[in-house]
Amino acid sequence: MIYLDNAATTKMSKTAIDAMLPFMDKIYGNPSSLHSAGQEANEALYNARERIARVLGCEAREITFTSGGSEADNQAIISAARIGERQGKKHIISTAIEHHAVLHTLDRLKKEGFEITLLNVGENGIIEPNKVKEAIREDTCLVTVMYANNEIGTIQPIKQIGEICRQKGVLFHTDAVQAVGHIKIDVKEQNIDMLSLSAHKFHGPKGVGALYAKKGIRLTNLIDGGAQERGKRAGTENIPAIMGMAAALEEAVGNIDCNAKKLTVLRDKLINGLSTIPHSVLNGDTTKRLPGNVNFCFEGIEGESLLLLLDDRGVCASSGSACTSGSLDPSHVLLAIGRVHDIAHGSLRLSLSEENTEQEIDYTIKAVTEVVAYLRSISPVWRDLENGKQEFIIK
Amino acid sequence: MALYSEKVMDHFRNPRNVGIIENADGVGEVGNAKCGDIMKIYLKIENDIIVDVKFETFGCGSAIASSSMATELIKGKAVSEALTLTNKAVVEALDGLPAHKLHCSVLAEEAIKKALQDYYEKNGIEYDHAQFPDCESCGHCCEG
Repeated sequence: MIYLDNAATTKMSKTAIDAMLPFMDKIYGNPSSLHSAGQEANEALYNARERIARVLGCEAREITFTSGGSEADNQAIISAARIGERQGKKHIISTAIEHHAVLHTLDRLKKEGFEITLLNVGENGIIEPNKVKEAIREDTCLVTVMYANNEIGTIQPIKQIGEICRQKGVLFHTDAVQAVGHIKIDVKEQNIDMLSLSAHKFHGPKGVGALYAKKGIRLTNLIDGGAQERGKRAGTENIPAIMGMAAALEEAVGNIDCNAKKLTVLRDKLINGLSTIPHSVLNGDTTKRLPGNVNFCFEGIEGESLLLLLDDRGVCASSGSACTSGSLDPSHVLLAIGRVHDIAHGSLRLSLSEENTEQEIDYTIKAVTEVVAYLRSISPVWRDLENGKQEFIIK
Repeated sequence: MALYSEKVMDHFRNPRNVGIIENADGVGEVGNAKCGDIMKIYLKIENDIIVDVKFETFGCGSAIASSSMATELIKGKAVSEALTLTNKAVVEALDGLPAHKLHCSVLAEEAIKKALQDYYEKNGIEYDHAQFPDCESCGHCCEG
């Protein structure tokens, strides 16, 4: 199997697994318990929080553990909305290409009476910091812009957007689920007030993540109950997962340059290989993109059948077609960068990890090229395009 | 559980009757690229019998499998019999489709009906218009 769906989830690293195991059968106390078994777990929890904070460039008390990226996004946005509400500020700025964890939370606030501005991105999937500046109003309580896009891998100018928000006195949150562990992040240096991360995107366990919120930002509980996480997130802490996350994050950040270098070479090889397929187009920016992200549209075919046939050849991939998104419309990200429906249905995302090899990339280029050619050979759309009955959209 | 039945995967991986028929007696195309499914059916009809049928499909796995199965179900049949083909029969023959993929079987039924209608029209044969869908099944999706 050639696993090229690392933006969906990653294989856990041995380091992460080893870090988790003792917390299942040896150090299994509840960190809230006063006895020594509990206190041992509590120390480990504190230690994990400190290590994660160090990597992000913040303080331990600024980290809240969550069940993952979606919960962190929800809590960040809801918290900022409640803070804004108390000051009579009910306007939030975001982008059209955010993850649904952000977009659907904003939808909920919209129903409550918040006004949401979703900024458009350019064809390369990148937002102009000036657009954010122009959109900020007196009653803006939050700007939330994802660090790197999960589908097309584009990396946003986070530091500049953060700077604008600082100057204007508006809270700035970034969904950094795809970025953490893959590109260098320093929340202080990059003017980030709140940041969401998820462990399973950097070879940690599933079901655990964290929210960084700058000192002084009052978080709103999504889950009420005990006093865990300084009273901001009730429920006994998932210690094994948190230990796995801390270990995975340190490992990923420790190897960040080396991994990025290796991945970029593989990524560009894959991009160059797939670019030779006629009437194909790369989605996203060529350089301001995650080291492991490749996303293409192929005219005349549909993404789900492409995925199924690639799976038959041992390649695990993803698509933004309607049939794979479970809705009638194709990916909102591809539509936002100007791909029309017909083209967006024929998209393919390949997301690499440092474990992939050059041989796997060669095999994948060959497999995708053959499968695309086959599906075109049975496609009435392709026939019409070739016969000149319809004009090619991708030249 | 897998998304698709073994039957669906078999017809998707090894579709029957793929291709085109030059100078076909009836051709039907339904769906649109915007929605992500287009099916085109070609019929060769002799003495009121469908002696050959081919299809081309742009779409997901179940769209390709539904087209393949539908062509199998009408091949060698009388035109009047082919007209009675329902999407339900296609689904049953495929050992079921996931709920959100049922429209693929509807599309297959409509593509065949449209090809048969084209055959009637081309040959000046009287037919009951009520037997044919007057809207494309895809009209409901992909607003904007």
